[in-house]
Amino acid sequence: MNWLHRYAKLVAASTVLLIAAGGMVTSTGSGLSVPDWPNTYGWFMFSFPMDKWVGGILYEHSHRLIASTVGFLTVILAIWTWRVEPRAWVRRLGFAALGAVVLQGLLGGLTVLLLLPAPVSIGHAGLAQLFFCITLALALVTSPSWRAPQAAPVDDAALRRVATATTLLIYGQVLLGATMRHTGAGMAIPTFPLAFGHVLPPVWTPAIGIHFAHRAGALLVIAAIFATAVHVWRHHRERRELTRPAILLVLLVCSQATLGALVVLSGLHPVLNTAHVVNGALVLGTALVLALRAHRIAVPAVDGAQGKTRVAETRPSQSALDPLRGLGGARQ
Amino acid sequence: MNALRPFVTVAMVLLIAACSKEKQAAPGGPPPNAKVVDESKAGSVSGRVTIDGPVPANPPIKMSADPYCMHENPNGATFENFVVDNGGLENVFVYVKDGLGSYYFEVPTTPVTLDQKGCRYSPHVLGVRAGQPLAITNSDDTLHNVHALPKANQEWNKGQPLKGMADQKVFTAREVMVPFKCDVHNWMHADIGVMDHPYFAVTHDGGKFELKHLPAGTYTIEAWHEKLGTQTQSVTIGDKESKDVTFTFKAPAAGTD
Repeated sequence: MNWLHRYAKLVAASTVLLIAAGGMVTSTGSGLSVPDWPNTYGWFMFSFPMDKWVGGILYEHSHRLIASTVGFLTVILAIWTWRVEPRAWVRRLGFAALGAVVLQGLLGGLTVLLLLPAPVSIGHAGLAQLFFCITLALALVTSPSWRAPQAAPVDDAALRRVATATTLLIYGQVLLGATMRHTGAGMAIPTFPLAFGHVLPPVWTPAIGIHFAHRAGALLVIAAIFATAVHVWRHHRERRELTRPAILLVLLVCSQATLGALVVLSGLHPVLNTAHVVNGALVLGTALVLALRAHRIAVPAVDGAQGKTRVAETRPSQSALDPLRGLGGARQ
Repeated sequence: MNALRPFVTVAMVLLIAACSKEKQAAPGGPPPNAKVVDESKAGSVSGRVTIDGPVPANPPIKMSADPYCMHENPNGATFENFVVDNGGLENVFVYVKDGLGSYYFEVPTTPVTLDQKGCRYSPHVLGVRAGQPLAITNSDDTLHNVHALPKANQEWNKGQPLKGMADQKVFTAREVMVPFKCDVHNWMHADIGVMDHPYFAVTHDGGKFELKHLPAGTYTIEAWHEKLGTQTQSVTIGDKESKDVTFTFKAPAAGTD
């Protein structure tokens, strides 16, 4: 099972790379540089000559190849999970990942063939983040620490609420960001931090509205993340599996706000723009890990087993979790 | 019922054939009450498009994304934002915007060609009639995709991976202008004016243009430039009369590309 956990982490990490590649496609305006799909200029995708990977093709074709690789890795992940995982809901999660990656591939092809209609492209961007969340969840729940019975699991309804709300809010913000990117509203408000010298834009168009909503959403997300982090710090300071993602979340959201500002001030520089997208995925993923750990008590470690005593107070855990190193992996 | 089936089938085939014929015939002939230009009485509007003030330098193109394009442009290349010769502005699309009424004009069947050569579109600005074939050719030994971004017509994106490839497309509706781009080489850009009459030209040789064979009348003439926008003038010509028109665009402030 440890190998499955490690493999699930590999798939999650590959998905981050895939999101970065997809981000570069949109940021460089290369979405239609390969006009056919699933072939590439008539070539079978995997036999497309490397000397033709030029200009926008470099980004689009690389994205397709990385996506194919992640798709292949996901097939293995689903089969592996189905074969070795005793928990039915985890096996289902493995197949949910497979379904998501297949749908994601189809959406990617469809958006090319239909010449990038905004709803399809936004759906493609939104599903990418959901797929990342599924792979991350799989990596977390297959970790030894998640599967091991907990002597003193965290039972904090307030934490569950605030962490879940924060995660959902971040996903909403991700969708708003995707809408902004795929409707060309990234520079609808070209000034920062004020909008045309005002707190509220003096003129409103659909593009300005979407852009402003993303900025306002950022403030809400920052507030929610700080609320979550403060709650963790005040009530669960000794639980490293909670404090680590909470601290990471604060650091990531600060980076995200800085990147967002730089994206506008640089006039949508492709690298900064992509870094903003990738960092956004990391913010979402970290919030999800924290939320899942907050819900850990409600989920049996193995099917049919409860094996834990609900306690209101928490104490230091010997199986402290590291969101970066282990995604729930215990130090053994 | 079975006995009637062959008759019903034949009737349906005939009906479909009749409908198809009717559809094909419709665009060919002149509409009722349409007038035809009397060439013996036609005049013309000619003139020049100039630019006033210091012209911004065209920024250099970074072609490093494709070694072939670098090789084809050993001395580098610049954008074609402002092509000026002796004060005359080239690549301006000049056309009769209004005033033609109900004249009917045959649509040429000879294609207009847009070539991709040296990782540039050639010509940079051109006009085509609605219904006239537009031939797009690839003279480069590298991949291009031809991505048309019209609003009134159907958008399309076609790859031309090999040298010598050619495609033909037809725009069906008048549109000024239809931008073209290559998503592979993001500096490649062209604009095509799609007209429902033959009175259009692209300025050349120091900003000159000529709209020939115009019937007598009062017309709104528009000059369109990709960076400077549009200007219009009203011109009245009589039978066999030729008029001279000058459009003067103001150069943009420094820093505007």
